[in-house]
Amino acid sequence: MKLVTAIVKPFKLEDVKVALEARGIHGMTVSEASGFGRQRGHTEVYRGAEYTVDLVPKVRIEVLIDDEDAEAVVDAIVAAAQSGRIGDGKVWVIPVDSVTRVRTGEKGSAAL
Amino acid sequence: MELSAGDTAWVLSASAMVLLMTPGLAFFYGGMTRAKSTLNMMMMSFISIGIVSVLWVIYGYSFAFGDSGSKWIGAFDWSHLGEVVNDLTSNGAPYPIPVLAFAVFQLMFAVITPALISGSIADRTKFVTWSVFIAIWVTIVYFPVAHWVFDFGGKDATGAGWLAARGVLDFAGGTAVHINAGAAGLALAIVLGKRVGWRKDPMRPHNLPLVLIGAGLLWFGWFGFNAGSALGANGTAALAFMNTQVATAGAVAGWLIVERIRDGHATSLGAASGAVAGLVAITPACAFVAPWAAVVIGFIAGAVCATAVALKYKFGYDDSLDVVGVHLVGGIIGCLSIGFFGTKAVNAFGADGLLYGGGFTLLGKQAIGAFSVLAYSFVVTLILGFILDKTLGFRIDRDAEIEGIDLTEHAETAYDFEGRSGGSISGALSGVRTTEGAPA
Repeated sequence: MKLVTAIVKPFKLEDVKVALEARGIHGMTVSEASGFGRQRGHTEVYRGAEYTVDLVPKVRIEVLIDDEDAEAVVDAIVAAAQSGRIGDGKVWVIPVDSVTRVRTGEKGSAAL
Repeated sequence: MELSAGDTAWVLSASAMVLLMTPGLAFFYGGMTRAKSTLNMMMMSFISIGIVSVLWVIYGYSFAFGDSGSKWIGAFDWSHLGEVVNDLTSNGAPYPIPVLAFAVFQLMFAVITPALISGSIADRTKFVTWSVFIAIWVTIVYFPVAHWVFDFGGKDATGAGWLAARGVLDFAGGTAVHINAGAAGLALAIVLGKRVGWRKDPMRPHNLPLVLIGAGLLWFGWFGFNAGSALGANGTAALAFMNTQVATAGAVAGWLIVERIRDGHATSLGAASGAVAGLVAITPACAFVAPWAAVVIGFIAGAVCATAVALKYKFGYDDSLDVVGVHLVGGIIGCLSIGFFGTKAVNAFGADGLLYGGGFTLLGKQAIGAFSVLAYSFVVTLILGFILDKTLGFRIDRDAEIEGIDLTEHAETAYDFEGRSGGSISGALSGVRTTEGAPA
């Protein structure tokens, strides 16, 4: 099993959710995140004083999937979240040792 | 003289409007701090209502307006308010309103002046020391200065304040309220020092809608402040009302134009700040100038104050919410503006300024008024602040300041940021404890 983590622009969350549901993924965890990559932050001006805001708001999406779905899911997220402009985010995949469904105690793929 | 129901009704209504300015100021300042200091900022205004009202009814009114024959301070006596329910007031001339209506109107000015100071020392002030400061400051600074400026003497017009007697024109408190608070704010910013992380950490306003609500309430209440100072429902009040409106509009434009040219954007904080700068500047002038001049005064105040708020970076004092840049600078502009734009054509009790053939006489008087109040307030506040800092301590410790003054001084936070579900993780872990012990 794999854990796919995607950091995307907040307004792309809905598109990514729809794309994943279309691929038969029926569970995900979403959290608000902030950070910066190559695009850095932006500046805001209050009463003439400039503030550099380094951390930009992002959304972090986490999905647990079977090994063979990983590439397709990553492609689906990238397709949905891409605007082509700097700051679109990143997607990465890491291996998962075990998954257990809390309600039933099912393990492995059955718990996904 | 018979009591006038119309005049009395207007002064009482205006008093309520001026009271509303202090909670309005709490919103205006509260939105400008970081989220962790919102409640403390608002409490610094609220506590002023509590403390000053009590002192006023005990001795404050007497210190400011009591018949002493002195041009420096009123009577060292109890206020005796309530013993004079049906007496009419006189302040240089008789007015057909009860003494109590005049006293409650002036009380609201005494309430908001120390609250204005609090903006310069946001995020870092010990609440107890602030409360003690208010009580002493109004006693040794505000009450005497109010006597200098606002007291035109008793029934026989003796014992007028020295600035009032000299012919310094300040209709509604450009000197006694705004220059006074601005100079005190500068002194306290120096006594307390810079906030932890000043100029390194972003200290953005956390809630600009709150700032705009506050500016709106201030604008509304200011009609009571300025037009109410006519102490009657008459043409002078109407002139003050109109001038207040158009000067403020001019100041919003002035501030935003400077911002748009200098920074590339017209901001909501700029609009709110411009409004307050205009209100401050027109305060002393509102019943002595024509409406066209009010627009000019407002515009100049907006543009100059938009520039003056950067002075703190140049000189290195952390006047957190720009009490100096808005109230001190705006107050000086307003006071001096009468020396240029003042005209007897709109008010027989006014005087002609430079543009109306009055020469430099009035301008000179205005400068004396502005700078004597500035100097007195700055020096006395600096000494008082220094003494309080050495005895009670004026500043919270560094860890408390970083954690957030709302939590450490008041055991509250302004916002529940925990979780989208409304129930919080920290809440589930901490549980509830009442004075009767943990609930079953």
